[in-house]
Amino acid sequence: MDVSSTKTPMNEKVLTRNIGPDLVPTDMTAYEANGGYRALHKVMSGMSSNDCLEVIKASNLRGRGGAGFPTGMKWSFVPMGEKCSPGHKYLVCNADEMEPGTFKDRLLMECDPHQLIEGMILAAYTIQADLSYIFIRGEYVVAIERLEQALVDCYKKGYLGENILGSGYDLEMHVHTSAGRYICGEETALINALEGKRANPRAKPPFPQVSGLWGRPTIVNNVETLCNISHIIDKGPEWFQSLGLGEDAGTKLYGASGYVKNPGCWELPIGTPVREILEQHAGGMVEGRKLKGFLPGGGSTDFLVEEHLDLPMDYGSIGAAGSRMGTGTMIILDDKTCPVGMVLNLIRFFAHESCGFCTPCREGLPWTRQVLEDIEAGRGRKEDLETLLRQVKYIGAIGNTHCALAPGAMEPLQSALKYFQSDFEAHVEQGCCPYASDIKALDVKAQGESA
Amino acid sequence: MSEQQLIQSDIALSAEEIQQIEAELVHMPQKSGAAIDALKIVQRQRGWVSDESLVAIARYLEMSPEALEGVATFYNLIYRQPVGEKVVLFCDSVSCWIRGCEGVKQKISEALGVDYGETTGDNQYTLIPVPCLGACDKAPVMMVGDDLHTNLNNEKIDQIFAKKMGKEEDA
Repeated sequence: MDVSSTKTPMNEKVLTRNIGPDLVPTDMTAYEANGGYRALHKVMSGMSSNDCLEVIKASNLRGRGGAGFPTGMKWSFVPMGEKCSPGHKYLVCNADEMEPGTFKDRLLMECDPHQLIEGMILAAYTIQADLSYIFIRGEYVVAIERLEQALVDCYKKGYLGENILGSGYDLEMHVHTSAGRYICGEETALINALEGKRANPRAKPPFPQVSGLWGRPTIVNNVETLCNISHIIDKGPEWFQSLGLGEDAGTKLYGASGYVKNPGCWELPIGTPVREILEQHAGGMVEGRKLKGFLPGGGSTDFLVEEHLDLPMDYGSIGAAGSRMGTGTMIILDDKTCPVGMVLNLIRFFAHESCGFCTPCREGLPWTRQVLEDIEAGRGRKEDLETLLRQVKYIGAIGNTHCALAPGAMEPLQSALKYFQSDFEAHVEQGCCPYASDIKALDVKAQGESA
Repeated sequence: MSEQQLIQSDIALSAEEIQQIEAELVHMPQKSGAAIDALKIVQRQRGWVSDESLVAIARYLEMSPEALEGVATFYNLIYRQPVGEKVVLFCDSVSCWIRGCEGVKQKISEALGVDYGETTGDNQYTLIPVPCLGACDKAPVMMVGDDLHTNLNNEKIDQIFAKKMGKEEDA
């Protein structure tokens, strides 16, 4: 299916305006030719840090890493001027994209590295940070190389370093290549990793905005969040708000993976209905498979089902339906894929990626994994379903752990127990995975086709 | 290995390694801040982080070897055992699982004769699983060294490891 034919002309491309179908990366010249660093010049020639903060607050930009916290409000917690004790302040970009089923930040960094860097300079200026890091997972080899080149070009141009564009503002920026582990995406774990420690999340408070990296005020923002900043500064908060279809502002990178015809990632107005994303952009389901459910925004969000297809993909609507928009990249469950198997895969992931610090996560997730392994293998007992419900209640409770890994892990499980209860029961009653024969039949068919 | 033995067998950091570690230390208010960077620098030079390398780094960063070991063993891209020339990072997270990565994994294991955590006899490849590689629209995916391979199926696995399998046939 040709996606370009389904584009509505009103859809304004903002974050992906420099990203064509050929995915050729945008260098400094191309970036500037299309309005790049205009916002930086605007700010350095006369906007105060408080002016910038007010613009971002007014824009209603919310964090695109998954939690959806208002960006301007987060920045406003950083002590400024005389209220801040002397010393460094830090701006960190969370480029540790590792949420299962999420593949949006890779695209932004590989294809338009300057957009991220300009957003970071403006964010750092707003909180008056003097040091900034791009914390990026080591596997993103191409993005790392392109970001490093882009930083070199920025220093040459005087966009980074001392006295940026004659403003008197100094900022250093470095790429920090991480050494792995999903938990580094949690902002306080990320800070510990930047300090060269084990990436155990910290107890909060204190919040990083006040006491973060090396005990100093620190803002950690997701790649996509930061990529929005230069556009908001350039075109204003009213323009940004006008981009959204509902109560949220801006555009969003949405994605779909699983057995859809055209898996991919598309920039659309925030609040685009789920159905439009799945049917027009992802091209609907692959022949012979029907939609059974979907995780709206990564592995740690609750399943939604067919009755939710007409919901707008925004924070409020998806939240009201009992899930979270999360990263906005949907994982599609089809009717030939075992929901118990899918949840087991997710719980295995989270159990493996637990940092092991808090008991409910360290001990609870492997227990859940064991119960699910038994059910999937046909060894499950009826009371196992009650055990799972109890685990959801205790492991999923907010406040028992330093971070949201364990509660997040319980989200797909609790919703699978709700929407796919009969599948869990069928595993127990039949003493096997009822989907196994389906999968084998499809495999045989696929092999026949490829031969 | 006892601590005494470790200290005796300490392999000094090379001038190049020290130069690279020093470049990282410029950004750090304290030396231990460069722990992960230093582990990666040494690993890049030596392929992996041996006990001896670990002690040498710890000494240079004024950390205890135990503290540095705690850091080194936390991160999945720091190798505390020797690995092959190329590490195969196989994604078995949810989108790849839905698109049939289990079958692909089996095919790789057959082609290379190794399971997770193992290195081929000729020391060419080490196979390890990795958290979601962020290329879910092209699932199943894996990395071989620095290269991302997408939309994997049995045929592609044959192509990617053709050289390796050819070699074995010659032998």
